[in-house]
Amino acid sequence: MRWIVLAFALFAMLFDAAPSAAAATLKATLISPENDPRLERTRLERAYLGHPGGPAAEGVQVALDEGSFELEAAGAAVTLSAATARSIDSARSAAQAAEKAGAALILTDLPGDWTLAVADAVKLPVLNIGAPDDSLRQQDCRPRLYHVLPSERMRSDAIAQTLVSRKWSKLLLLVGASPLDQQRSATAQASIKRYGLQVVASKPFKLSTDPRERDLANPLLLTAGNAYDAVWVVDSDGEFARGLPYRTVLPRPVVGDAGLVALAWHAQFERYGAPQVSRRFFKAAKRPMTDRDWAAWLAGKTLLALATAVPKGSNGAWAQALAKTSVDGSKGVNMSFRAWDGQLRQTMLLTDGQGVIAQAPIDGLLHPTDVLDTLGADAPEKLCKAAR
Amino acid sequence: MRPIRTATCSICLGAIALWFSAGAWAQGTVYVSSEKDDALTMIDLATLAIKGTIPTCKRGRHLQLTPERKLMLACSDSGVADVIDPATGKSLRRIPLGDDPEAFDLSPDGRTIYVSSEDDAAAVFVDAATGKKIKEVKVGQEPEGVKVSADGKLLYVTSEVASLVHVIDTASGKVVKNVKVGKRPRRMAITPDGKELWVTCELDSGVTIVSTADHSVLATLKFEVKGARAQDITPVGIQMSGDGKRAYVALGRANHVAFVDVAARKVTDLVLVGKRAWNVALDKSEKRLFVVNGLSDDLTVVDVPGAKPIKTVPVGRVPYGVVVVE
Repeated sequence: MRWIVLAFALFAMLFDAAPSAAAATLKATLISPENDPRLERTRLERAYLGHPGGPAAEGVQVALDEGSFELEAAGAAVTLSAATARSIDSARSAAQAAEKAGAALILTDLPGDWTLAVADAVKLPVLNIGAPDDSLRQQDCRPRLYHVLPSERMRSDAIAQTLVSRKWSKLLLLVGASPLDQQRSATAQASIKRYGLQVVASKPFKLSTDPRERDLANPLLLTAGNAYDAVWVVDSDGEFARGLPYRTVLPRPVVGDAGLVALAWHAQFERYGAPQVSRRFFKAAKRPMTDRDWAAWLAGKTLLALATAVPKGSNGAWAQALAKTSVDGSKGVNMSFRAWDGQLRQTMLLTDGQGVIAQAPIDGLLHPTDVLDTLGADAPEKLCKAAR
Repeated sequence: MRPIRTATCSICLGAIALWFSAGAWAQGTVYVSSEKDDALTMIDLATLAIKGTIPTCKRGRHLQLTPERKLMLACSDSGVADVIDPATGKSLRRIPLGDDPEAFDLSPDGRTIYVSSEDDAAAVFVDAATGKKIKEVKVGQEPEGVKVSADGKLLYVTSEVASLVHVIDTASGKVVKNVKVGKRPRRMAITPDGKELWVTCELDSGVTIVSTADHSVLATLKFEVKGARAQDITPVGIQMSGDGKRAYVALGRANHVAFVDVAARKVTDLVLVGKRAWNVALDKSEKRLFVVNGLSDDLTVVDVPGAKPIKTVPVGRVPYGVVVVE
């Protein structure tokens, strides 16, 4: 295991700014996959929307760097260590090692099952910044497992709301063959049902140029024979979806994994001080800030919020504070973790890759307590049984 | 349709006649900056009609009057302050302010410009005569509001990310205190007696009131608007009346302006204005309040004694700052 200590020091350089009381240092460990296949060069170059654009540590570090004044003023300190894991077992032992070394929190940028293994291996709060799996917020939820990255359900609810606001209610659903695509298609259909949209046809697609499979592979053939307002494509890989817009038989928009995509962030977002955040990230990482980077950055902001709220805190005090904390993620609203499944409630951005076209929740949508809870599994659905 | 239109028109004619008959209004002009037009919109104070526009530097944001009664506009994209003569509508000169200046204030003698540089996370001191940078003080990320004390000795700068007000000694350029305030502090106003600093906190739906004597937090005022949830109440712009008895606070996405009794720290009136009420300015008689609405590209004129909106004037794209010159 490789440990990189990205130390974050506290300087009491201002004579009356730093309280004299001994401050505790909040230690956190970020666990990422070793030789991460998502970060292979050719994969990164394609820059599919919703896919990682680089290492998660960069986003966390930007947040910690910009928090220096806040930490000084509160007399608090945060240190971040980074660990890598080559398997589910090594993720588990990395988490246990971090716990032994005195970490207060663990950040994970790992596949869903690895994330769950980490949550079960330690008694610490775990901030998930890499796995959008709905199962982690539902049947496999854990009391100390928190999610900064939006769930698949939040993404599909955001798309469904946008379609409602545009009155594009008849949908052609195109779904890939992988088990992940099948799962995400079920999530999309739950959102479609929740917002009263209609699937006129659902068809499987295959990435192929084989003339014998043209019914499965040719966008013109796949999109013929039905009347619809939009095509919703579920393609976790991204290559088929990228080639779909402007290749449909009817002149209709594509949504889902290409065309209009729902994400936590886009570097072109213009409101609420977002350009400054994207610019700071670009300066530090030399690449545009993706939605994954935003989740990592927000995890760093969460560490800052905890350290400054309870500067003398113990690991136990920080774990308690986490459930009640609220963070400013430069999306114009205060964001907090849902009590029922640990998911961070947040605004979603709808992007075509060039700019931010819309935001969800859409205007005019009502909710009994918090309109942000119209995105993702809501409390009355009782999908997470774990007591928090 | 015709009868309705006639009715509407007679009402509006009546209203215009009323404005004209109220000839007591002072001569003057309301200037509005807009982020996406690179121009100031001029509105006649008496008729409330648009008189014209003045081309400016790029992405003009904060707008103020200098002690010599010239308009000073900070431009984020051009990185300059445009100094405009309200008498001629012509730019007199442009003063470099560094990268991405947002808000600024002037020393009481008008010689120094204090500006928040969003990209560099710094408060920059600029010599207004030469345009030379005198000092740069590092502050928390995304510095925004800038306010100088009446005696010019202290400078207050908000950091939106750190949720702090930095208190800076203008002589030494040192941060003497960091005051923790509500989330995303934006703009500030000092009571005319100099005793209290009011800080609007956008994500805290409130104002943090800070003592200028010891820089402790005296109180937090939270706004409530019927039908709006706390997270939709995002205060930004603030102005005090000349006698210091009342504060006017624009409530952002709640689309209202709050009239606040300063001594009681209580809201007395809420006035419905346009979308995302941003910055506010009073005329000299303090009978009218001008509110810029960032998301409906217009300006609402509020009748202060009646606490009622009386007119909406379309201005440039994403209007930001407003100044009244009489």
